Amino acid sequence: MDIFLQQIINGLTTGSVYAVVALGYTMVYGIIQLINFAHGEVVMIGAMVAFTVITSLAGGTLPAPVILLAGVLAAVPTCMVIGYTLERAAYRPLRHAPRLAPLITAIGMSIILQHLALLVWGRNPMAFPQIMENPVILVGGAVITGVQIGIILLSFTMMAALTWFVYRTRFGIAIRATAENVRVAELMGVNANRVIAATFVIGAGLGAVAGVMFGTYYGIVHYTMGFTLGLKAFSAAVLGGIGNIAGAMVGGILLGLVEALATGYIGDLTNLCRWPGLGTSSMLAERCVDGGNFVVFGSNYQDVFAFLMLILVLVFRPSGLLGERVSERA
Amino acid sequence: MTSALLEARGVGKRFGGVQALKDVSITIHQGEVYGLIGPNGAGKTTFFNVLTGLYPRDGGEVLFAGAPLNLASPHEVAKAGIARTFQNIRLFGNMTALENVMVGRHVRTHAGVFGAMLRLRSERAEEEAIRRRSEELLHYVGVADRANDLARHLSYGDQRRLEIARALATEPRLLALDEPAAGMNATETAALRVLIDGLRTDGLTVLLIEHDVKLVMGLCDRVAVLEYGEKIAEDVPAVVRADPKVIEAYIGTSAH
Amino acid sequence: MSFLKGRTGLIILGIALLILPFMLGMAGTAWVRIMNFAVLYVLLALGLNIVVGYAGLLDLGYIAFFAVGAYVYALLASPHFGLHLPFWIILPIGAFVACIAGMVLGAPTLRLRGDYLAIVTLGFGEIVRIFMNNLSNPINITNGPKGVNLIDPFHIGPINFAKTDTIAGLDVSGPIKYYYFLLLVLIGVIIINRRLQDSRIGRAWVAIREDEMAAKAAGINTRNIKLLAFAMGASFGGISGGMFAAIQGFVSPESFILNESIMVLAMVVLGGMGNIWGVVAGAIVLAFVPEILRYTVEPAQMALFGHTLIEPEVLRMLIFGSALVLTMRFRPAGFWPETRHKRELVEAAEK
Ligand SMILES: Nc1ncnc2c1ncn2[C@@H]1O[C@H](COP(=O)(O)OP(=O)(O)OP(=O)(O)O)[C@@H](O)[C@H]1O
Ligand SMILES: [Mg+2]
Repeated sequence: MDIFLQQIINGLTTGSVYAVVALGYTMVYGIIQLINFAHGEVVMIGAMVAFTVITSLAGGTLPAPVILLAGVLAAVPTCMVIGYTLERAAYRPLRHAPRLAPLITAIGMSIILQHLALLVWGRNPMAFPQIMENPVILVGGAVITGVQIGIILLSFTMMAALTWFVYRTRFGIAIRATAENVRVAELMGVNANRVIAATFVIGAGLGAVAGVMFGTYYGIVHYTMGFTLGLKAFSAAVLGGIGNIAGAMVGGILLGLVEALATGYIGDLTNLCRWPGLGTSSMLAERCVDGGNFVVFGSNYQDVFAFLMLILVLVFRPSGLLGERVSERA
Repeated sequence: MTSALLEARGVGKRFGGVQALKDVSITIHQGEVYGLIGPNGAGKTTFFNVLTGLYPRDGGEVLFAGAPLNLASPHEVAKAGIARTFQNIRLFGNMTALENVMVGRHVRTHAGVFGAMLRLRSERAEEEAIRRRSEELLHYVGVADRANDLARHLSYGDQRRLEIARALATEPRLLALDEPAAGMNATETAALRVLIDGLRTDGLTVLLIEHDVKLVMGLCDRVAVLEYGEKIAEDVPAVVRADPKVIEAYIGTSAH
Repeated sequence: MSFLKGRTGLIILGIALLILPFMLGMAGTAWVRIMNFAVLYVLLALGLNIVVGYAGLLDLGYIAFFAVGAYVYALLASPHFGLHLPFWIILPIGAFVACIAGMVLGAPTLRLRGDYLAIVTLGFGEIVRIFMNNLSNPINITNGPKGVNLIDPFHIGPINFAKTDTIAGLDVSGPIKYYYFLLLVLIGVIIINRRLQDSRIGRAWVAIREDEMAAKAAGINTRNIKLLAFAMGASFGGISGGMFAAIQGFVSPESFILNESIMVLAMVVLGGMGNIWGVVAGAIVLAFVPEILRYTVEPAQMALFGHTLIEPEVLRMLIFGSALVLTMRFRPAGFWPETRHKRELVEAAEK
């Protein structure tokens, strides 16, 4: 099997999901400079709602794609309502408060949503029904599944649609204008409140779909899943350049690839038995005999890479790959 | 009045499509009051921001007292001896007036965390000195009676003066004032003028951005004019005032 | 606490604090233990207060530094490595290691906009947990999810903090000894906090919180001063963690989850960011919330529905989350705000 190609395929899949989630972070950040910590939880709730709908329909007579669609169609509006409510009830009243206030509110909302989900769906991880047929296709020395293809295609479609929306429609232009300068945009007749609310709603809708994709791909959902996913997606947004829509997409894909490759190779790379000289040294000889291994960091460190990436970006290129350097007005 | 205190050479700064500063060179002599004028948006404030290290510059360098300034770090600029005020007043609103000035002493004092935790004798002495000096400065600028009020509760004129006191607390050799008279009434402006005159008498060099032409012409030893980020004139006030290019700049933009 | 300002008030408070463990002890040693953990939370909250309250930096992974301190203690004073160093050596080491961790994390982050710190610390909290869980292979450093057991208690001369001694006819149990030790540390930390507040460094912190750019122009090396606040907070967390390990006698990754960071943050926010007494009060109140819930909500639900509908733990987190949100919305300066910060937040909210 070709590990490299396989990890590229896997990375592309998770990367697409990261990218879609990252869009939610970056759009909100671009406009009101707020890290909406609760976004990961919105994604989780999207997955959960879809889970409930799909599970309840699964035994019936409906064809699988219809059931899946029903799940998505339930998740998206639910999340949009949550996104809207978040902005309206929690963040808008604090728009002129000191910076710390909305941030603290955001983390508070994240905790609240997470534990409400825990109340509704329980503490245990749940198996996301795998209703879709999932053909396995061989490419080169690797396999790609139908679900993977579906996720990648759907993600790219959504990203293309969003790009079109933001760059080609009146409302999209209003969004970009508001991101550039709220006050000037308002002078030009843009209703900033509506624009801000819309970014939350759009981000939440995309997030809902991402949640369903995530559940379908990993086959498992859990009330804490939004946390790590959110953290990674935010890292992806920073990697691409926070506030930059194209950046979120690039950052998401890139992060997915890096994570997949790193996870695929770290075990081998840190297997000291394979290091020339070390493996036969007296210190390790005992562990390395008969193809034994001495793996310092295994694939269980998967979740560390996104964080390392985040730190590296912040050290070397805080404005991200596509971000411009923005200075605060003095 | 002959040696150069500050020498800016070819300073440039661009914001996206706006060339806010274009190859600006300025020399300020020790002990003079140097005026920087120009229509709105000419780049005066941007020059301050670059000079004090708050904005990264695109090009050029600045020599201060003969040595190059490290424009990458604002606190080093302050340490080197340049202090400033802001056009849109930036005090620490929820600290008292006195505390605001005490913050200005930061760069000239040394007490660290451990000193503060242990309240060593030397630290207490330093703290006492900070307080005394800050009180003197409040007195000097004329807001001593508001020492224990929150900065945000001070009147506009008092806030401007408090900002000057905070700047003076850093023991600058060059004091850069960004429109200190903006929003002041006639009495306050007159008092400000006395204050700046006094600073000059005390040997301080002052860089002054001001729209109030009377104030500039009356106070400044020399004046430079910026327009669209470029220096279009530099001379003693009487000459600058008569310069056709300057008149054109002001009338042309009809800013005032 | 105006009644405490007088000397008599102070004496009364002092006596109350001195006899408190014996009163609690009558209700059961468990309550003394709970009190000890409450004091630990107060210490944590006071440490976080430096970071969040004074310097205005949002640290969402504070418990990670606590974890670092706890594991340092656990590894240096337990059979796991067969090391048994005395606590007065380990606690400073724990503080130091936590401090280094804080600097490594803060250095790249603190020169950037404030909110990056929030996300980086949030991530760090998770990373520390991943390492605690996985550093049992190939060399067993942390013993993985099982955690480290049989951690040495404090010893001061002949006094063993795990045993009950009878002093002057009075039974002084282990938890009571820890209580007095914690009380001493707490008094020290409060004094340190107060001194910092009124110092050159403390003023610089507040200045940065108020207006970072103006602080820079006024000559403050904002990055270093922020780093200082962050590292100090981390050290406080490290020391508290060490004491936690000794008192608990056992550490595992489970004790250091995000929810704990949120709880400490809620203490600081609810009490009033930047205000020492407010933070102390907030910490004590919130530290007892889980216990109160355990003794009220669970039995109440059992009586009403015959089973627990909402676990106390879930309710606790819902309360903390709501505390954060509602405090920011309606009492942004907390319930016991420092006057200075209060004005800022209240006036901003009125706008
Ligand atoms: N942070 C910034 N980002 C983008 N553009 C900026 C920024 N600061 C200044 N500018 C632009 O640079 C130009 C010069 O501005 P500056 O504030 O330096 O002018 P000024 O001479 O101080 O004007 P005024 O008399 O109105 O204070 C203006 O076009 C302004 O819009
Ligand atoms: Mg200006």
